[in-house]
Formats: sequence, C-alpha cells, structure tokens
Amino acid sequence: MQTTDQTLDQILSLAATHFKVPREKLTADDDFFKTLGIDSLQALDLLTRLEQHFRIELPDYELQGVSDFRTLAQRIQSRL
Amino acid sequence: MLDLQKYASLGAALSAALDRWPNETCLIEADRDREKVRLTYSDFKEMARPLCRALEDADFKAGDRAAIIMTNQSKWLISAYSIFFCGGVLVPLDYKLTAPEHLQLLAHSKARFLIVEYYLWRAITQAPEFAKLTAEIVLVTEVPAGADLRGAYRWEEFRRKGDPQFVPRLREDTACIVYSSGTGGPPKGCVLTHDAYLEQCAALTAWYPFWPGVRYLSILPTNHAIDFMVGFIGPFVCGACVVHLRTLRPEFVRDAFVRYRITYVSLVPMVLKNLERGLRAKFDELSPKKRWMLDRLIALNKMLTRGRPRVKLSRRLLPQVHKAFGGDLLALIVGGAFTDPATMQFFYDLGIPVTCGYGLTEACTAVTLNDLKPFRADTVGKPLPGTDVRVLNPDEDGIGEVAVNSRSVMSHYLDDPEQTAQTIVEGWLRTGDQGRFDGNGHLQLFGRKKNMIVTEGGKNIYPEDIESVFDGLAVKEYCVFAANYLWPQKTLGNETLVLVIRLEPNQQFDEGLREEMVARNRRLADFKRVGGYLLWEKDFPRTASMKIKRGDLADEIRASASRAQIVEI
Repeated sequence: MQTTDQTLDQILSLAATHFKVPREKLTADDDFFKTLGIDSLQALDLLTRLEQHFRIELPDYELQGVSDFRTLAQRIQSRL
Repeated sequence: MLDLQKYASLGAALSAALDRWPNETCLIEADRDREKVRLTYSDFKEMARPLCRALEDADFKAGDRAAIIMTNQSKWLISAYSIFFCGGVLVPLDYKLTAPEHLQLLAHSKARFLIVEYYLWRAITQAPEFAKLTAEIVLVTEVPAGADLRGAYRWEEFRRKGDPQFVPRLREDTACIVYSSGTGGPPKGCVLTHDAYLEQCAALTAWYPFWPGVRYLSILPTNHAIDFMVGFIGPFVCGACVVHLRTLRPEFVRDAFVRYRITYVSLVPMVLKNLERGLRAKFDELSPKKRWMLDRLIALNKMLTRGRPRVKLSRRLLPQVHKAFGGDLLALIVGGAFTDPATMQFFYDLGIPVTCGYGLTEACTAVTLNDLKPFRADTVGKPLPGTDVRVLNPDEDGIGEVAVNSRSVMSHYLDDPEQTAQTIVEGWLRTGDQGRFDGNGHLQLFGRKKNMIVTEGGKNIYPEDIESVFDGLAVKEYCVFAANYLWPQKTLGNETLVLVIRLEPNQQFDEGLREEMVARNRRLADFKRVGGYLLWEKDFPRTASMKIKRGDLADEIRASASRAQIVEI
C-alpha cells in the first residue's frame, strides 16, 4: 500500500491539474481554499476527482472542517 | 393543497396530508447515482408510527423538546413529523457546526431528546465537553455494526408496536426553536409557533403552489428556515415530493435535476453561481457558429419573456439548456444571502425564472418574495400576503431600517428577554437591514446596520461568535468587526470580517505575529474566517467591567480609518 506522503503528492498533482495551477506552487499545509482560490463547492468537485483516482468513496462529511492538503491526504489514506 | 386554516398545529396538518395522498410519492433519497429510499405518504406514515409509539413509551410529552442534527435525508423528516405528532417542540440544529457547538446549543435549548446521524454523534462523543451532554435520550441513525453507542439507541430499533396517540397542540404553542446564531456569543434561539409556520406556509404556497407530482430538490440544509418550509412543510401539505441527496457534489446535483425531473429547488447564491459557471464553461466550448445561434436565441427569449416568464416557450427556444435541468424546472428559488443580480438575470434570460426573496429566521422564513410579474433582479420582491413591512426613519433617499409585523414573526428569543426587547419593538421585528420600497411596492436592500456578515453560502456570521479563536494572540487587544458595519455601503455583497488589532506599546507588527494570526484564523471553518486586519493606534474604549465598547470603537474607526487600510490575510 502506498504511504500517506505518496497519497499527498498525488493529491497535490491532481489539484494542480484540475484547477490549472503550477504544481510547485502547492504545499502540504496550504489552505486549499485560499491557494486555489476556490469555494466549498469547487472543493467538493475536487473530492470527486480524488475519489475516481483513488477508487474510493468519501462521504461529504469527511471534508467538513478540512482545509489543508495534509489532513485531506490523511482522510483519504484511512480509506485506501 | 390542504386548507391550512383548518389545522391548529404542524402535527395536525402533516397527519392530514399523510392520509390525504396515501399513494403519492412524498420522499426520494439518493446517494450519488443510487436511489436509496422512495416512500409514498402511506409508507411515510408507516415508518413514523412505531417511532411515535416508542417516543410515547419513553415518556415524551407535549412541549418536550427534541433536537435533530442530521444531513438532509428521509429520517430527518420522519423524526420531525414524529416529534410534532407527539406534541413536541423541534430544535433543528445546523449539522455543520462543531461538536462543542452542538453541545452548547443542546444545553441552551434544554432538549430532552436528540436524534442524530452516527458520524455527528461520534464527533459529539469525542468532544471534551461530552460529559456535559444534557439530552436524556439519544437516537442515532445508521450506526455501523459493532460501534460503541455511548448510551444512545439505534434510531432504526427505537420502535414499538401499536397505535400512537396524536397529541393536539394549539396555534400559539411553540413548534420550533431555531438558532439564528450564537455559538460564541449569546445564543439566539428563535421561538416560532405553529401559527407562525402555518401562516407562512399558506402565504408562500399562495404565490408558489405545490401539487402532487411536483418534485422539490432539497439541497439547502433542512435545519435552515428556507428548506424546512419549502423542502418539508410546503410540499407535504400539498401532496408533492421532496428529493434528498446524500452527496451534494455539484455533478450529482446536476444529475439529480435530470434524473428526477425537478420542478423547484432552493439555492444559496454560492450554488447558483456554481451552476452559472458550469453553464458558461459549456457555452464557451461551443463552435463560433453554434455560439452565435445560442446568443441569438437567448436574445429572442429575453425579448419574449420581458413581461412574465413563459417557461414552455423558453423550453422550446433553448431545449438543450432546459434539458440539462431536467426539462420540468419551473423556478430556482434563491435566498439566504445577497444574490448578484447579474447571475439571476443570466438564468432568467435562459428562460429559467429565479425567485429571489428576503427573510430571516426571526420571521419564520420569508418576508418578501418576487412574484415574477415581471421578473426583477434588482429587488427582493414584495411583502408576502399577511406580512406588513415598514421602513423606519427613512433618510432623504427613502432608505431606513426594515421592520416586519406578521403572524409569522417569532414570539421571542429563548430565555433572552433583553435581546427580545431590542429586536421586537412594539410588535415590529427590527431586522437591522437597510431598505427602501420602490414605486411598485418592491423592497430593495441597501446594506445592514448589524455588526455581522452573511456569506454567499447563506451563513450568518457574528464577530462575537468567532472572536475567541484569537484569545491569547500576542497583542494588547483586538476586536472583530464586519467591514460593512464599520464603513456602511449601500450595496450588499463582498462581505468580510476584519480583525482590529492594538499592539502593545513599542511592539512592532512582525512576520511571527502575522503567521500566528493566519494559523488561528485557519482554525475557523473556511466561511467564518476574517478576511483582513487593521492596525489601530489607540486603546479601545471599555466599560467599567472592562468590556470593549464595540459601538464606540466602531465610531472611532469609522471616523479616522478607511476600508483601504485593511490588510488582507
């Protein structure tokens, strides 16, 4: 199974591609709402992309209160 | 629809509805593309009956309070109906609050019963304040096998056989206690009677009727005043159907319009904008020729619908757009916060009427609503039938504070006579919003007198509620304000909170302080965060008990600082 760091790295790459921002601009502890300039609905859109990539289902509530990539990676990792 | 004048309580009206349309579908619940529940009114009654009996057995009495903390789903409505059937008072809590906030409001409301979804219950049991839980009986839905319930019961097993006894209530009895704010500051629990809801429901359905076959997509939280009325009470007393989605991802919401051929949906401005963004992106992908055609058709539709919506005609002119919304959509209802008129106009020009209104929890649901005769994107509509709206102390432009008098106004704030006296003055609800009537009787809003913001997601954020996150910040003192309160503007939107900081003598603002501020700000839910800070050079005025005199401080800041001095964080 992949490590949380690998999961995190994949999330950052996917977020960069999805929202068309340079990958190097994103770091683990970024507030993704601010860095990506997105609202909570766009964050949910990202969650769907991540589900497809990791082949998991994440209930919406898993994203509640999460605003940085590192915590998001932990939530995803726990379901891999 | 039912003649609501005949009924004294929500329980009585809902019970009559279940008997009136036994074979109509009342609820559909879907998760992603999977339909999980489909109930007729008769099925709904059968689901509720054993729960009502079990509540009776648990000594749930008339006037007892029961809180619900759940996302939108069938068990929310079944539980709420059962509470009303047994004569109880419903306390719908916002599921998006944190567990400590839930515990605080549960204690304030003195709810004896709590009905909650498992993942929310798990968070509550893990909160340090869990020991202070005041609810006596807790019912938890969808508990995984083997999970520790911490003394709660499984909702699905909390059932008894037999016929429950309906408990009648009077019109003036309390139906709900709905919190409009106050998890950090004083809780504002709006006490709303059965009369308030039934009158409001009659007024709203007079303008926007439901009927059997109508499908309402319920995506605003049901605990919110709008969805509770338009996504539960309204459709049920008319025999219509409510569609719940367990996953509110934009793509699944878009699918649901088509899959369930939705008739009405209520949205907050943020969701409306998201839909607009999606449509515009699709339009931009069209070839120049198709785009040219589309623009001509939109222009034609705009011309033909100037006086009133002509949805059938619009569907023929712009079939692809309407198909994307299922083809049966009659109106998008938008409320809860300021909505950009350009966004509303965008949809109206496509032949999708947008109904914008104005309301507040203190007034049950809505105060004014657009009747689309004709469509106006620049107003929040006309007062609903039975609602008197006044503009108090108008200035030279006719703008003053909006005040409301109707049977739907709350009776008081729970256990807070002081706030009640400030808010309801001689029978008139002081809204704190600034408005003016135009020549056609439409209300237009121009900013707010209150120190608060309303986010695009429809959340009311009061500075007092979020200030404590900055406790211990290494400065002499600080205070949070709504920027539009410090510097009133005659428009709504672009609302932000500002952290006003007074440094210690000889203290320099440095990167460490900025980082600390940013880190603390991020502990708040994203929609509650402050947008910037303002360095203030004078000590804050304080009362004898050392409380900050917010009003005086605001006056000082207003007099000698400007909005341009806010530094974004």
